[in-house]
Amino acid sequence: MVPLSWYIMLSAVMFSIGVFGFLARRNLIIMFISLELMLNSVNVSLVAFSHYLQSMNGQILVFFVITVAAAEAAIGLAILIAYYKNNPTIKVDEINLLKG
Amino acid sequence: MDAGTTLTIMDIRPFVPELTLLCAGLILILLDLIVKRKEIVAAVGVAGTIAALYATYKLFGYAQPQYAFFDMFVLDGYSSFFKLIFYLNLILTICISVKFMEIEKASCGEYYSLLIFATSGMMIMASAADLIVLYLGLELMALSTYILAGLTRKRHRSNEAALKYFFLGAFSSGFLLYGISLTFGLTGTTNIRDIAHAIYALNVMDSPILYLGMIFIVVAFGFKIALAPFHMWAPDVYEGAPTSITAFMSVGPKAAGFAVLGRVLFDAFGGMQVQWTSVLIPMAVLTMALGSIIALSQTNIKRMLAYSSIAHAGYMLLGVIAGTPEGLTSTANYLMIYTFMNIGAFAIVIMLRREGFRGENIEDFKGLSKSHPLAAALMLIFMFSLTGIPPTAGFVGKFYVFMELINSGYTYLAVIAVVFSAISAFFYLRIVMYMYMKDPGEEIVITTSPSMSIALAITCVMVLILGVFPSFLLNLVRYSILG
Repeated sequence: MVPLSWYIMLSAVMFSIGVFGFLARRNLIIMFISLELMLNSVNVSLVAFSHYLQSMNGQILVFFVITVAAAEAAIGLAILIAYYKNNPTIKVDEINLLKG
Repeated sequence: MDAGTTLTIMDIRPFVPELTLLCAGLILILLDLIVKRKEIVAAVGVAGTIAALYATYKLFGYAQPQYAFFDMFVLDGYSSFFKLIFYLNLILTICISVKFMEIEKASCGEYYSLLIFATSGMMIMASAADLIVLYLGLELMALSTYILAGLTRKRHRSNEAALKYFFLGAFSSGFLLYGISLTFGLTGTTNIRDIAHAIYALNVMDSPILYLGMIFIVVAFGFKIALAPFHMWAPDVYEGAPTSITAFMSVGPKAAGFAVLGRVLFDAFGGMQVQWTSVLIPMAVLTMALGSIIALSQTNIKRMLAYSSIAHAGYMLLGVIAGTPEGLTSTANYLMIYTFMNIGAFAIVIMLRREGFRGENIEDFKGLSKSHPLAAALMLIFMFSLTGIPPTAGFVGKFYVFMELINSGYTYLAVIAVVFSAISAFFYLRIVMYMYMKDPGEEIVITTSPSMSIALAITCVMVLILGVFPSFLLNLVRYSILG
């Protein structure tokens, strides 16, 4: 039996990698993947807590998170493509029209 | 199945306003295929909003909060008052955008249905009694607003605004989820009231994990409300998005964020008031300082209004910091007043937009009083109100927030807020100076429409009336929140 703390550690490490990737990487697609990693790290910890507490609420939330993440990916990629059509770049440093 | 687990038609009664609005949104999608004139779609949208407003009015007035969906959704005075703000925001935004979206060549039916879906999301957020519902409402609002920000998809700036808004918004919802999961893990429940009971029963008030979870939730809503240091998306997005959407975003998501922040901090984390106040005070001071000072150097009026809205978020946060139900009342009161004055100011900016001319620079306001005295006078009223000069409503809003703050013993914060409020007078009055004291450069042409006139009339009249006779609104907000 794997203890709860291992799952929580796994989730915390995944979340930190996601945050680090989002902040440090300069490629929009990698940043997008980092966002998904953050959401999935939350899913891991929610399922672990849910099993440990014998409460279904956490797992219900996981299903909603998965659904919303799919919608988010659809909208995010659509926005990315709309951007790419006008300005073909996915480097964050070159997205600097709005500043000041 | 016993009676406790079946869902009857009566159980969804508190959800009727949201259902009405969602139905209106779906009808608009169909109507868009049949009707060519987009004014009709907009009018149906307004009618749907008024129907939802009527439903809220009919359900309102019960002393006890009504719960639905197994205590996941609550209809009480608090949420009803915030819903009133969302309805007003939606109606005024639809009114000011009919002509504008034609000029932007993005006049499509989806625009109005997306506005309605975003508003439904805000309403669900305000009524959420469970963190799961809260998350779903937040995402419904956020996903609709991401699309709206990028709706003029031929414009490079609009694309960039949507991209930035999407990435930072999704980042912040990641933090919210992590905060929810930590809170759930420690208290064993996602229900907001049960969290408060569990914190007492399990005696985990000093737990660092719970503290971390609370901070993550505050950070996530700090992003939505645009509190410093999580404000950096706001100026870019406000500048790039279509102006009518900027007006919508600067009020709606902010009000929804405050509604949730008030409910979560007061109901779920009520026992940790010392801890969350110590996080919010530096954020509020930083927000007011950054908003007021960086706005001084702006040349684009939408960007300036973005920083101004950041500063206003700081003032509104002071009501939450006061930590009493009366403080929360003053924040709600401020938000209502802010809705009128901010949308009014954006309406004037929209009027300057015409074919081939953006009218977004502060320079473009030069000599407006010579060519269009009425538009200049209206802008003057909105600018005075945003500064907080009596007898406009902005003064009343600030006055009550500061009063509750002093009643709770934070006199020094009130002094800091007044100082930044005085600094902010510089950039608001600079626009007035441009309008009244400079000679016009090129000729200014104003685009107007009947719906725009209605929106301007409503906002201007409300700003003046609430400034002179604030008791009506104060009684309403007190009755709604304090009972």
